Amino acid sequence: MTRHKSFVIGTVLTSLVALAALLSLVWTPWPPYEIDLPAKLQPASAAHWLGTDVLGRDVLTLILVGARNSILVGVIAVGIGLLVGGLLGLWAAARRGWVEEVIMRLSDFTFAFPALLSAIMMTAVFGPGIVNSIIAIGIHNIPTFARVTRASANAIWSRDYVLAARAAGKGPVRISLEHVLPNILSVLIVQGTIQFALAILAEAALSYLGLGTQPPQPSWGRMLSEAQTLLFQAPQLAVYPGLAIMLAVLGLNLLGDGLRDLLDPKLARAR
Amino acid sequence: MTALLEVQDLRVRLQTAAGPAEAVRGLNFALQAGDTLGLVGESGCGKSLTALALMGLLPEGAEIEGSIRFKGQDLLALEDEAYSQLRGDRIAMIFQEPMTALNPLHRIGRQVAEPLVLHRGLSRADALKEAVRLLDRVGLADARRRAEAYPHQLSGGQRQRVGIAMALACGPELLIADEPTTALDVTIQGQILELIAGLVAERGMGLILISHDLGVIAENVRSMLVMYGGQAVEAGPTAEVFERMGHPYTQGLFAARPRLGVSRGQRLQTIAGTVPGLRELPAGCAFAARCPLAEEPCQRIAPPAERLGEGHDVRCLRLAESLRRAPQLQVPPW
Repeated sequence: MTRHKSFVIGTVLTSLVALAALLSLVWTPWPPYEIDLPAKLQPASAAHWLGTDVLGRDVLTLILVGARNSILVGVIAVGIGLLVGGLLGLWAAARRGWVEEVIMRLSDFTFAFPALLSAIMMTAVFGPGIVNSIIAIGIHNIPTFARVTRASANAIWSRDYVLAARAAGKGPVRISLEHVLPNILSVLIVQGTIQFALAILAEAALSYLGLGTQPPQPSWGRMLSEAQTLLFQAPQLAVYPGLAIMLAVLGLNLLGDGLRDLLDPKLARAR
Repeated sequence: MTALLEVQDLRVRLQTAAGPAEAVRGLNFALQAGDTLGLVGESGCGKSLTALALMGLLPEGAEIEGSIRFKGQDLLALEDEAYSQLRGDRIAMIFQEPMTALNPLHRIGRQVAEPLVLHRGLSRADALKEAVRLLDRVGLADARRRAEAYPHQLSGGQRQRVGIAMALACGPELLIADEPTTALDVTIQGQILELIAGLVAERGMGLILISHDLGVIAENVRSMLVMYGGQAVEAGPTAEVFERMGHPYTQGLFAARPRLGVSRGQRLQTIAGTVPGLRELPAGCAFAARCPLAEEPCQRIAPPAERLGEGHDVRCLRLAESLRRAPQLQVPPW
C-alpha cells in the first residue's frame, strides 16, 4: 500500500473527476443553462451547495458539467496525439534513415513553440471554440508521443526477439504492431495520463482567455475568468473551479507516476 | 547440380563510431543440400555477421559485397519483400540467446505457429495444431499444455527447443544455427545438438553451425571453416582439418579447449593477446600479432590460400613450420 500510495491517491482523484462527469450526464442539482438573476452570487446553502454565480447558476452544477468538458478535451486531445504521434514514432523506428530524421526534426520544430502559444495561434487562425482548441491541443501532443514512441520502439527493435521475428520473415509493419507496440504500451499509457493532465490545463487556460469553450457551455477555465472580476465580492467563485482543476491535474499526475512504478518494476525497486 | 548455398568473396563493411570497418573480408564457401558446415572462431571474428549477412539482416549502415547464391538465386539482388518471403520459410535461423529470442508477451504456441500463418497461409487454429506437433517433435514434454505458456515459464533449454521449433516450422532447406548451445548448461548442450543433428538428417536440410567450440564443430559437421579477422584462415573437411591442423590459430584454439582430467592447478592454455580491432587489422596476416611462428613477412604479406589436401585450404606463410607443430591425433579426443 505505501509503495503504491501515489497510484492509489491518483486513482481515487481521477475516478472522482470521472464520476462527476458521468453523474452530470444523468443528473445535475440544477439545470446547467438556467439563469436565475434574482438568486445571483448566493453563498453556499442547502439549495445551492456551492452557492451561485453572477448569473444565478448553481456552481456545483457548473463544476460537474465542467468536469465532463475537461475529460472530453483530454480524451480527444490525447487520442489524437497517441494515434498520430504513436504511428509516426513507430514508423520512424521501423524505417530509420531519412524518414526518422524528418519526423524527429519536425517534432523538434513543433517543440520550439510553447504549447499555449501554438494553441493560441491556431485558435486565432481557425477561430475560437471547443473543437478548435481540442484539435490545437491534440496537435501539440503529436510530437510528444512521436518522440516517446520512437525512443522506446528503437530500444525494442534492437532486441533479439525482433531479430528472430525478422528471421522468421516478418515485415516491418507486422513487427511494429505485433512485437514493438505491445512492449511499449506501458510507456505510452503513462505518457498518456501525463498528457491528459496537461490537456486539461491547456483547455482551462484557453477557455480562461476566451479562446476555448464558448458560453453557455460551462468550463472550469471560463468559470475562473468570470470569477476574476468579482474576486472581492465572491472569492469562492474562483476557488471552486481552481480547486477542481488542481485536483484533476494532481490526480492524473499521481496516477501517471504510480502507473510508471507499477509497470516498470526496475524503477520501482530502485526507489 | 547447383549448390544449396554458394558464397563468393563475401565482404561486409560496418559503420562504427571510429569509421568504416571491414568485418568479413572475402569469404568463400559452398554448401550442398543436406550437408553440414561449421564456422568456428573467437568472438569478433565475423562468424555471426556472416550468418546475419546470409539472412539479409545486417545492422543498419552495413555494406555488403560479393555474392550469395541460394539454389542459384542471387540473394543480394533480392528486394526486401522477396527476401522476407525466403526468411523463415526456405532459410531459417536458431539464435544464441534463448532467453531473449522469444517475445516475452506472446504464448510460445503462437510464436511457433506464426511462420506457418505467414508463409503457408494456414489458419491460426491449424497453425497452432501444427505448432504443438512441432513442439512435441523438438522434445518439449507435454507440448499441448506448454504451448499455452509464456517464455518466462520455461527453462533455457526448453526455450531453445521452442526456438528450434520456430526455425523448423516451415521445413527450411537451409538452417543457420548461431551458437545454439552457448547460453545453455553443459548437460543440455549435448541434447540440443543431438536434436539439431537428428532433425537435419531427418529432413535433409543444409546446416551452418556457428560455434567457438571446436568440440561442437568436430562432432556435428562434415566440413568446417576456421575464421579469424573476418577471413577463413583454414577450411576443409572436418576430419581432414583435425588430422592435420595447418594454421597456428587452429592449433591454438585446439590447445585452448577445456579438457577433463587436467590436473588440479594447471591452468588452461590460452592464445596470447586479443582479437585485433577490425579497424586495425594489419596488411599481412591478421593473426601475425599473436602467432608464435610469425616472422617479419607475415606482417606485410597477406597469405594466399594453400591447398593442403582434398578441399583443405590454409592461409599461412609458414605452413611447413606450422604443420610440424600440429598435434598428432589418431581419434578426435571427444
